[in-house]
Amino acid sequence: MLILTCPVCGVRAEETEFHGGGEAHLKRFGPGSSEEDFQEYLFMRENPRGVHFERWRHAYGCGKWFHAARCTTTLEVFGTYPAQTLEPPKDLRAKISKKRPGWTWRSLT
Amino acid sequence: MSSPVSALGGASFSEGIARIDEVALQGMITLRGDLSDPVVQKTLKPFGDGDLPAAGEARIEADRGLAWMSPDEMLVLCPYAAAAETVAALQEALGDAHALVVDVSDARASFVVSGPQARDVLAKLCPVDFSPAAFSLGMFRRTRMAQVPAAIWPRQDGALQLICFRSQARYVFDLLSVAAQAGSEVGMHVQG
Amino acid sequence: MSTRVSTGGRLLNKNSELAFTFNGQRLTGYEGDTLASALLANDRMLVGRSFKYHRPRGVVAAGAEEPNGLVNMGQAGRFEPNQRITTTELFEGLQAESQNHWPSLEFDVGAINSKLARFLPAGFYYKMFIHPRPFWKHIYEPFIRQSAGLGRAPKARDLDTYEHYYHFCDVLVIGGGVAGLQAARRAAKSGARVTVIEQTPHWGGRAVVDGGLVDGEPVDKFVEQIVSELETMENVTLRNRMMGAGVYDHGYVLGYEQLRDHRPDMPGPRHRLWRIRAGHIVTATGAIERPLSFAGNDVPGVMLAGALRDYLVNYGVAIGQRTVVVTNNDDAYRCAFALKEAGLDVPAIVDARMHETPPAALQRAQELGITVLEGHAIASVKGGKRVEGVALCKQEGTGDPLRDIACDAVAMSGGWSPVVHLWSHCGGKLVWDADQACFRPDVDKAPTNDSGQPFVTAAGAANGHFQLADILEDADAAARAAATAAGFTVRKSKGPQALREPEAPMAPVWLMPAQADIKLRSKAWLDYQNDVKVSDIQLAAQEGFESVEHAKRYTTLGMATDQGKLSNINGLAILSDALDRPIPQTGTTTFRPPYTPISMGAIGGEARGEVFQPLRRTPMHDWHAAHGADWEPVGHWRRPYAFVREGERVKDAVNREVLNTRRNLGLLDASTLGKIIVKGPDAPKFLDMMYTNMMSTLKPGKCRYGLMCSENGFLIDDGVVARIGDDTYLCHTTTGGAERIHQHMEEWLQTEWWDWKVYVANVTEQLAQVAVVGPNARKVLEKLGGMDLSKEALGFMEWADGTIGGFDARVYRISFSGELSYEVAVPASQGLAFWEALMAAGEEFGVMPYGTECLHIMRAEKGFIMIGDETDGTVIPQDLGLHWAISKKKEDFLGKRAQERSNMTDPKRWKLVGLETLSGAVIPDGAYAIGEGKNANGQRNVIGRVTSTYYSPTLECGIAMGLVLDGPDRMGEILEFPGTEGATFKARIVDQVFYDKDGEKQNV
Repeated sequence: MLILTCPVCGVRAEETEFHGGGEAHLKRFGPGSSEEDFQEYLFMRENPRGVHFERWRHAYGCGKWFHAARCTTTLEVFGTYPAQTLEPPKDLRAKISKKRPGWTWRSLT
Repeated sequence: MSSPVSALGGASFSEGIARIDEVALQGMITLRGDLSDPVVQKTLKPFGDGDLPAAGEARIEADRGLAWMSPDEMLVLCPYAAAAETVAALQEALGDAHALVVDVSDARASFVVSGPQARDVLAKLCPVDFSPAAFSLGMFRRTRMAQVPAAIWPRQDGALQLICFRSQARYVFDLLSVAAQAGSEVGMHVQG
Repeated sequence: MSTRVSTGGRLLNKNSELAFTFNGQRLTGYEGDTLASALLANDRMLVGRSFKYHRPRGVVAAGAEEPNGLVNMGQAGRFEPNQRITTTELFEGLQAESQNHWPSLEFDVGAINSKLARFLPAGFYYKMFIHPRPFWKHIYEPFIRQSAGLGRAPKARDLDTYEHYYHFCDVLVIGGGVAGLQAARRAAKSGARVTVIEQTPHWGGRAVVDGGLVDGEPVDKFVEQIVSELETMENVTLRNRMMGAGVYDHGYVLGYEQLRDHRPDMPGPRHRLWRIRAGHIVTATGAIERPLSFAGNDVPGVMLAGALRDYLVNYGVAIGQRTVVVTNNDDAYRCAFALKEAGLDVPAIVDARMHETPPAALQRAQELGITVLEGHAIASVKGGKRVEGVALCKQEGTGDPLRDIACDAVAMSGGWSPVVHLWSHCGGKLVWDADQACFRPDVDKAPTNDSGQPFVTAAGAANGHFQLADILEDADAAARAAATAAGFTVRKSKGPQALREPEAPMAPVWLMPAQADIKLRSKAWLDYQNDVKVSDIQLAAQEGFESVEHAKRYTTLGMATDQGKLSNINGLAILSDALDRPIPQTGTTTFRPPYTPISMGAIGGEARGEVFQPLRRTPMHDWHAAHGADWEPVGHWRRPYAFVREGERVKDAVNREVLNTRRNLGLLDASTLGKIIVKGPDAPKFLDMMYTNMMSTLKPGKCRYGLMCSENGFLIDDGVVARIGDDTYLCHTTTGGAERIHQHMEEWLQTEWWDWKVYVANVTEQLAQVAVVGPNARKVLEKLGGMDLSKEALGFMEWADGTIGGFDARVYRISFSGELSYEVAVPASQGLAFWEALMAAGEEFGVMPYGTECLHIMRAEKGFIMIGDETDGTVIPQDLGLHWAISKKKEDFLGKRAQERSNMTDPKRWKLVGLETLSGAVIPDGAYAIGEGKNANGQRNVIGRVTSTYYSPTLECGIAMGLVLDGPDRMGEILEFPGTEGATFKARIVDQVFYDKDGEKQNV
């Protein structure tokens, strides 16, 4: 059972306090968008072996959404960061590169 | 207008390893606003005795004080009878600042778990380190209590107080009574 | 003959005799006994029958690895099957009975299977019972279920209670033997919070049985001293009778504490499941001795050498008067020495090894006058229900008997396997140690935690160190690693020292004799509990089950409650041999938690009875209960389905409530409906995104019915929105939707539109809400007084604040029934008082409370949809004819883009209509309408389905709503709905509004 640190309230707690919310950094497509873009947004999700970026909510704590960078094979947590970001922070990406050289995720490296 | 009643009418349990008491109605006001906004801070400070609790903290004395819920939410505690006037006072002090002030006194129930083994009773229900070193006076922890959300803080008298949703008051009371059942001593965080 | 002897018994209190019963027979033992040692002291060698062949079985081990000694324990509400007698502490009045036999343990009809064993090889059941297919369900399965299985399932409700406990420590040591204790002491001196858990009631593990000197003192004194030192340390927690059940991700460990199994008369919970989060874990879980595979190695009286020693030293029980020791290593020699010291006869040590120079142990045996037969093996064991002798042969050979030795016990040792389970649970890898013929932890491949760092260190025998001196040294190293990993500094200091004894290497012996013929191999047991023999594994290999995981499942090796603690290594060695490949290439099966079975009660913890689920109660809950409420679960809420009067059937109560509400006055507790405040300058814009309707144009003081869709376009919730002020709304949700919709709003505000100035608050529980419904609704409110609720002052779909009967109230004039209706919200703390005031004031107006079924019927009569009935996660508002509630002016709202997808605009989507049965009967819920022709699978085509169906007491007939292909264009057509058991319902497609189409009743 995972341990996560909520970047909003700073509490380090077990998984049962949190709720997973799927892939992070989706870009919303609304009315006027093409069928392809909308399908991509609505249905297509990454399912990587290794580095992954996810949404989590501190459901039983401060109630806030945040992002987590995690390895899906070893369950190592590289870091958590605010939900109000469009992509993972630079220093976190650098940290991941150190631990998992050559990682890729969507267009990120 | 009849007199308001708490969820369980002041239920208590004392036949076990800790005492459980439902707290009489407590004034509780949710203030949602940017806690880093000077206007919001100035509005709240008088309720924290001139001080604002940081993340994971509360400044509570008896039935008054502040508890940090999230970066944009503070729980204001006041005497139950003063809730309406406190809401009005907060709203006035906030002026045009973007904020939401709402009385939630009746949406909650509150319990005190007391006795030397109070911490062990709660440690049966919450995934939280309740050792005195890890959970000390001034802290305020929102967490999971068995299957429902709860917020817990240590009181000056050494007991632990918690709040939960009113509709779940009976469940929480029963839960605490089961956790405090006679013969269930754990002997980990025994105080006093 | 198994007896109590005068020597030994270090764990017994011989002043305290305890009485117990086994299969109804009254026996006695001592305080400190296990059930196994007490039975053996009474010469009860036969304790059960095996699973498949019903062979007589006796105790093989002395601990958690025991495969045979499983019994039914206790009675009624304290009955529990499959209790392991080697770990069951004896208590006064214990009641046990053996399992898997009929009619009795001594005479068992099923034992015929043993004679038929030749015809019941591995995979027999798979091969035999596959044809003919229908026979499986009706003949084979019931028969097999009756004859297989071990204990009986309990029937009575469990009388005991259970609980969880969340614990946090820096270093968790699992296992309280010398390695665990030494590691704990060393780690604790760094200041780390250390917890030691030990599954037995005693500290010191095997070392205290096997003896030895630590720093010149006997090892039991060393254990005593280290335990008392640990007890005084404030940062150390010592818990025994607590097993490390499983190691999980990020340092999470389950500890299974058995609080009352040894004193069931005491109050308090029986088991406590510790949910431990440790910075670092030391697994000091010891090792398990392996049986040797020879014919008849399952005859009662054949026991692991270490276990035989345990019974002698710990419990003062001699398993036999004449014991033959058979071994491939030096360790089992200790057994012969201990027996000799106790004055018992050891006719021979059968050592499968050939020694060029006699090792120290052999020399000592000879000094004691024990015959040592090198290069020998047991060809077969004589005896059925107990050992009568052994036939010996050469280890190298096919098993030609050389001579017989009469004996009544056999002590066997095939070497030791480290207990690597807890190391392996969370991904720790193993290496094959060829010298000791065992798998041990690969220190470079430990399980890793959230930082990617190793979080488990094995210590002592669990790490492949079997000599006391090595164990103590390894424990020190493990403690250093653990404390350092947890962020503490361990000062260097000299650890306790033990003498390193000279030892001859063990020799791997997987089959005895090495070229045993098929007759012997078919009697050489690997898995005692599941009756798997050497020949079965060989057959599996021959039939192509080359993967160890496949061979396991085909033969059931290691699949019993002991999970193959004794059998796995022997089994995979046989498999490797059969496939002619090295053991590491075969590998082990996966180690999964729990280490030994734990009670279901412990897993459930406190969650049973009243606190099984967090039931939610409205402020009026107790009133409802006192007035005949028949409850309906709605989410975790309990809502009255109907208020049933004395002598009344539930459906009659429902009909009465409908008619009374339509004619007079009904009250509904609507407190469970979600109430969410949305406030801020961007609130109008935000709600325009949340709802399909335009909410920004709603005027303060007014209400509007709104629909919410997911981004997929599907309808997820509905409810009435009231505009409280320019920047404030109150949104009602469904009962089940309150938390969900609150979170839905928060999610979009936090993760998509975080720059919008909107705050939301869920005030559902702050308010009690009562729907006051019926022609007399206004009268009762006016009687209580305080507000002008006239048609002019408060029109339909308007709200107002005020007081009613002295209660602070917010009144919404909205209707879900078609009647004149007010929903009144008051503070929850006064909800009950308000409800009672309405009941009292309403008496003269014919007031009756009504429940959710009445609510459902009235809304169906009016053709209103219900989330969860008309919607199922695949329905869009357009399907329900709700176009009027979907704004065409808005550029965007959640679901808008999805509703433009081709599948959503397909004219062939089923649409909502009303259905009126020709006979007046009620169509079954969920029934499908059948159309012309058949589909590709030969089934009748379906053209619609029923979404809501009720008996309408108002119209005195069955009414329904359903989604039908081209429904709105087929008004008047008759559809056919097959019901169950051949019944068919014919129904006419009609408008879904069955009652008061013009809305005159609410418009008064």
